[in-house]
Amino acid sequence: MGVRLNVLVCSGAACLSAKSKDTKDALLREIENHNLSSEIQIIETGCMGPCQLGPVILVYPEGVFYKFVKAEDAKEIVEEHFLKGRPVKRLMYESDITKEVVESHKEIDYFVKQEKIVLKNCGVINPESIEEYIATGGYEALGKVLTTMTPEQVIEEIKASGLRGRGGGGFPTGLKWSFVRSANGDEKFVICNADEGDPGAFMDRSVLEGDPHTVIEGMAIAAYAVGAKKGYVYVRAEYPLAIKRLQYAIDRARESELLGNNIFGTNFSFDLEIRIGAGAFVCGEETALIHSIEGKRGMPRPRPPFPANKGLWGKPTLVNNVETYANVRHIILNGAKWFSSIGTETSKGTKVFALSGKIKNSGLAEVPMGTTIRELIFDIGGGVPNNKKIKAVQFGGPSGGCIPAEYLDTPIDYESLVKLGAMMGSGGCIVMDETNCMVATAKFFLEFTCFESCGKCVPCRIGLKQMYNILDKITKGKGTLEDLEKLEELGENINKTALCGLGQTAPNPVLSTLKYFKHEYLDHIEKGYCEAKECRDLIYFEIDPEKCKKCGICARNCPVNCISGEIRKTPFVIDQDKCIKCGNCYDVCPFDAIDKKSGVEVSIIKTEKKSIIEKAEEEYYEI
Amino acid sequence: MKSLEELRKIREKAQAELQLRNSEAKIKIIVGMGTSGIAAGAREVLKTLVEEVSKRGLKDVIVTQTGEKGLSSAEPVVEIVEEGKEKVIYGNIDSKKAIKIIEDHIIGGKVIKEFLV
Repeated sequence: MGVRLNVLVCSGAACLSAKSKDTKDALLREIENHNLSSEIQIIETGCMGPCQLGPVILVYPEGVFYKFVKAEDAKEIVEEHFLKGRPVKRLMYESDITKEVVESHKEIDYFVKQEKIVLKNCGVINPESIEEYIATGGYEALGKVLTTMTPEQVIEEIKASGLRGRGGGGFPTGLKWSFVRSANGDEKFVICNADEGDPGAFMDRSVLEGDPHTVIEGMAIAAYAVGAKKGYVYVRAEYPLAIKRLQYAIDRARESELLGNNIFGTNFSFDLEIRIGAGAFVCGEETALIHSIEGKRGMPRPRPPFPANKGLWGKPTLVNNVETYANVRHIILNGAKWFSSIGTETSKGTKVFALSGKIKNSGLAEVPMGTTIRELIFDIGGGVPNNKKIKAVQFGGPSGGCIPAEYLDTPIDYESLVKLGAMMGSGGCIVMDETNCMVATAKFFLEFTCFESCGKCVPCRIGLKQMYNILDKITKGKGTLEDLEKLEELGENINKTALCGLGQTAPNPVLSTLKYFKHEYLDHIEKGYCEAKECRDLIYFEIDPEKCKKCGICARNCPVNCISGEIRKTPFVIDQDKCIKCGNCYDVCPFDAIDKKSGVEVSIIKTEKKSIIEKAEEEYYEI
Repeated sequence: MKSLEELRKIREKAQAELQLRNSEAKIKIIVGMGTSGIAAGAREVLKTLVEEVSKRGLKDVIVTQTGEKGLSSAEPVVEIVEEGKEKVIYGNIDSKKAIKIIEDHIIGGKVIKEFLV
């Protein structure tokens, strides 16, 4: 019997860590037990997107979408659905609005509202099958370019499409290609920047894991256009699965002579190698990345000269991001006109975002440029969970900024995000709700960039550290109004004077929160009040004697024994001096009798005792 | 890869495998696979339909299954759902009749009156 069912098991990293491999093995076993092996095919795919629901599987031809599929569920799925044709309702997706089971993934908002170009094959084909990639039109674009177009025509096509770099800056891709093409050099290189290091970003990883050939093809086309024979993909070591699948894809492409000498019988030759980075964030900066490939320490250098003229080993080099390359073949096949019809005036095509933070459907989403932030967060992302209110959206990771909820209707494109003090970045999108303190958020990103600073230039090495110290002071309720001026001054100066993009953009999270959430900074400084009740030094817990049922659960769960009272006799009381604010009591109280509070009362309740350490800290903060 | 023709040959072959994942299919052939359907021989019918569709390289057609249809007396039941047309339900189908459904209805576009329930 021919194959009648295709069972797609998501094998993106998120589903794999939710044990999708066990699910797959169990399905295979059950299918064998029922003698269905010849008619049901299991395919491991790359990331399907809704990582929150993993492990997810998709059953074709009906398009039945299952979520949270455990190995134990395999038997039921095979017996009921695969054998008898009754999809297992309890594992299917329920509509948020109607609460009804959704029959096909084509009716799920998360899938319907997206427009997929880059992720077209992700979660649809087996990333380890070059045949499946070819079946979707793969390598046709490379063949077309090599046999019918001149390098100049390719560059013109990319220019006309309006494609811009998807790694952060948004530089016009075609223009960059033309610089490398016209640069003088006996040898040229193309590099794919897959050193994705922003917290909460996993777009590039998913493309490499789910559709590695599309990147290889994009790079080969770029190499032909700029006149390179050799390419490197720089991936971080933290992405073992992406490296494995990409290497596998490179090997298959070589076997099929899609990499190597005289591709498609022309005189174009191109080969590709992976270079594994050790996970330093700064190596995402192109000059640092080039140093790292050369075997040197990953540190940036001043530009110009740009890599287009003096790059890898001093030769003209093209550096583009994973997502940028992934767009190339579609532009060649469908035409620049088609591509430029999607998006806004200045930003063409689509953009992949990694949704994370306080959002229901965290995962990957690809939308046309010009989609509003609201559509991305609410229509696709499902909004904020637990009936909390959205406060801000952080775009662009440590280089980006926080956009407050008032601007949710802003269409997403390069310019509008920059105008709001954020940036497209590589596509990280972190949603924050009312329980996120914006000062603490800024501090989190600064801590990250301080740690990742390479130390080569003073503004970044020392300036960021000073900014971090001030933020730390503010979150502890010890900040002054002068500190805010200092923060701004430091931020602006670092932005102007740091050597590379990491340092120049690192103050953005601080500057953007200062711009939109200044009241939170002021509350911390003037009132010792943290609106979100996130800053541990500014909160305290208190038991409401009226609500306390005297059960003693809080006291039993307190790790420092600071809650006293008599069971069934007296309400319990927290000794504020001993309390370490772990929040255990708050979490375990079955009667919601414990309040989390912040504000001036802290100083009244807490006796003025300053430890030697605190005093030393204060002296240290005096800059 | 020596030429585009070579690539296209591989593509044609590989596309057949991906056909199932084509969500744009226009005609759906649904076989009732409840307990009574299976007992009456629905598996054979399903097998035949799948084989015929792939053998003839029919695009835009998917073969799928459903549970009990409540037509136990007419099992195996085959339902044809086509965009913009009324749904057709055939009863008492066997492998031979299944081939006729593919030939006359799916390819020929004619409803086979004597199979209707």
